[in-house]
Amino acid sequence: MENREPLLDVKNLKQFFKISKKYTVKAVNGVSFNIFPGETYGLVGESGSGKSTIGRSIIRLYDPTAGHITFDGVDISGKLSAEEEQHLRINMQMIFQDPMASLNPRRKVLDIIAQGLDVHHLFTSKKEREEKVYQILEKVGLSREHATRYPHQFSGGQRQRIGIARALIMNPKLIIADEAISALDVSIQAQVVNLMKEIQQETNIAFLFIAHDLSMVKYISDRIGVLHLGYLLETGTKEEIFSNPIHPYTRSLLSAIPLSNPRVEKHRTSESYDYETSGIDYAKGESQHIGGSHYVHATAEELKSWVSPR
Amino acid sequence: MTDEKKVDQTTSKKVDQMTSKEKILSISDLSISFKTALGSVDAIRGVNLDLHRGETLAVVGESGSGKSVTMKAVMGILSSNGVVNSGKIDFNYSDAGEEMAVDILTLSKKYMRSHINGKHIAMIFQDPMTSLNPTMTIGAQIMEGMIWHKKANKREAKKRALELLELVGITDAEKRMKNYPHQLSGGMRQRVVIAIALACNPDLLICDEPTTALDVTIQAKILELIKDIQREMNISVIYITHDLGVVAKVADYVAVMYAGKIVEKGTVDEVFYDPRHPYTWGLLSAMPDLDTFDDKLYTIPGSPPNLSHKVEGDAFASRNIYALNIDKRLEPPMFKITETHYAATWLLHENAPKVEMPSALKERIDRMLKEANENGE
Ligand SMILES: Nc1ncnc2c1ncn2[C@@H]1O[C@H](COP(=O)(O)OP(=O)(O)OP(=O)(O)O)[C@@H](O)[C@H]1O
Ligand SMILES: Nc1ncnc2c1ncn2[C@@H]1O[C@H](COP(=O)(O)OP(=O)(O)OP(=O)(O)O)[C@@H](O)[C@H]1O
Ligand SMILES: [Mg+2]
Ligand SMILES: [Mg+2]
Repeated sequence: MENREPLLDVKNLKQFFKISKKYTVKAVNGVSFNIFPGETYGLVGESGSGKSTIGRSIIRLYDPTAGHITFDGVDISGKLSAEEEQHLRINMQMIFQDPMASLNPRRKVLDIIAQGLDVHHLFTSKKEREEKVYQILEKVGLSREHATRYPHQFSGGQRQRIGIARALIMNPKLIIADEAISALDVSIQAQVVNLMKEIQQETNIAFLFIAHDLSMVKYISDRIGVLHLGYLLETGTKEEIFSNPIHPYTRSLLSAIPLSNPRVEKHRTSESYDYETSGIDYAKGESQHIGGSHYVHATAEELKSWVSPR
Repeated sequence: MTDEKKVDQTTSKKVDQMTSKEKILSISDLSISFKTALGSVDAIRGVNLDLHRGETLAVVGESGSGKSVTMKAVMGILSSNGVVNSGKIDFNYSDAGEEMAVDILTLSKKYMRSHINGKHIAMIFQDPMTSLNPTMTIGAQIMEGMIWHKKANKREAKKRALELLELVGITDAEKRMKNYPHQLSGGMRQRVVIAIALACNPDLLICDEPTTALDVTIQAKILELIKDIQREMNISVIYITHDLGVVAKVADYVAVMYAGKIVEKGTVDEVFYDPRHPYTWGLLSAMPDLDTFDDKLYTIPGSPPNLSHKVEGDAFASRNIYALNIDKRLEPPMFKITETHYAATWLLHENAPKVEMPSALKERIDRMLKEANENGE
């Protein structure tokens, strides 16, 4: 994997939102990572840590405040030519967190899913357009009868699969899946996760998989990044993160995963982490190499204190 | 129809003879269909469910199995193309010291809105964005219900709103009160929705996937918070969730739904350690296992039946490797396993061949029990 070119390379990305003269939200504060073709990168972290913002900056729903994003060999962080824009809109797709808010309630499912095909004229006949939609519906576990329904006539999980179908139909190189399976039941989550893996094997598609459910992230991801307050605190393969978590925040996150064992779970408390009182200063930290693809954001002293007592 | 007449006001508490627990919600024989362009969809096909005061019930099951629709019926907010074919939803609550008993299905939407919803039954929805008003600040939205139902004055309402925001873990509450929903992250929006639901101290709180948008650390805090409030105020809570870890953490009872029916119900211990329905076996097997690094998840083969066609026999039969011949013809009744544990599968019939749960699941449950014992439970 090391000698290949990454499909996506994010360098020192910053995304700030100015709320008022005095108040700016630093949603993403200098984040770097990359994703290789055919790879799944899982992004986890608490609510408000900047996961969705990273996704939205990469797909250029925002103009990045600073930093560089290279996709498929092209720097896409500045102004895009019409051609670059088209390449990006086809080859990078996003599945959104809030299915209801991202599906137009007045359009039939057929037209919602075909929207990308329509915009980029990717079919030759009405029949081909429909066939493509039916195929993709089946792929995500819905049926062609669903094509004529409206979004509100579906269950939450079914709606989310419409969002997945809409992204898959474009046959992109990268899909950013923002909490794409959180609303699904476990067996369908498993189906979708297996489906994503199958499609990945067929097409070498890459995924940026944003989620809070660490047990699913562990299944689907090759590498994982842990985000907190706009900083990428730790990244590595799933084995590196799950077997040897270094940062106290990562450790607290792992310990908070609810276990599906009622007698244990009812009495368990998780390791707590409070940045304010931790004495850790993210602004002073830098990327420290632990080994392999495992990196931790820390000062040298911080790192020493986390590693030595064990 | 005048709503007031439909409300049968009894003064005696509905107390369960056997357990002397007070029944707050009782759903019986509920069936609901939806009219669509392609005919009718039988979304709910005979649901029976009881809930006592102070208890927590988790409803789990296949996506599209009818969990949200059932709870929307309890709130009296079914979509306009929904038709109730049969059933009752008895709800007992006290209003200004008076014990009330109503069948929610006989009340109008208007009556529900002004007397029940928000005040006695509160619901936290799956999609936070659909329950927030994009044009109102979140502060105004939390205060609205308190002023409307509880006749609180503006200052009290504001104080309570700030408290609630802090309670659900939103820092800088004073500043956040002035934000509009789109300025918040997904998880923050969901916490605002939770604050709104708690604002009026309901008798029954229904949480539809309350924590799917939340990360594990805040999820743990929110679940703790709901538990505390529940204990303090003796309210009943229904969770709809796909996260079996959440179920394990909060639930007293579990109901498993499949294709518009409850196929298994019992205490959380019964359903997790001694599951009897093959669908429940599949569901528990599909759960990711944190102890291993496998890269293939178990999935239940096939897909759920299309409820716009009539279901013949057991709706799960075509996906069930243990299906018997009778499954193709006759829908199984609920078989009683213990006083609290029931499952709808012909495998429990006395003449059925003896079938054990899959061995991989058995091993996993044994591992869980061992771990529980080691922890001194
Ligand atoms: N358009 C915006 N304007 C102002 N602030 C914003 C905007 N979008 C996001 N933010 C702020 O940026 C921060 C990060 O938000 P983001 O949505 O990226 O979080 P997240 O990690 O996806 O959280 P969640 O898990 O809750 O979805 C939050 O403090 C949020 O309020
Ligand atoms: N307004 C409607 N018109 C037509 N069909 C509907 C309508 N609302 C729900 N349905 C159908 O009713 C069934 C049950 O939906 P419901 O929303 O209760 O599922 P759920 O169990 O909550 O699933 P999820 O876990 O995905 O949220 C689904 O098949 C759904 O498509
Ligand atoms: Mg988000
Ligand atoms: Mg639902």
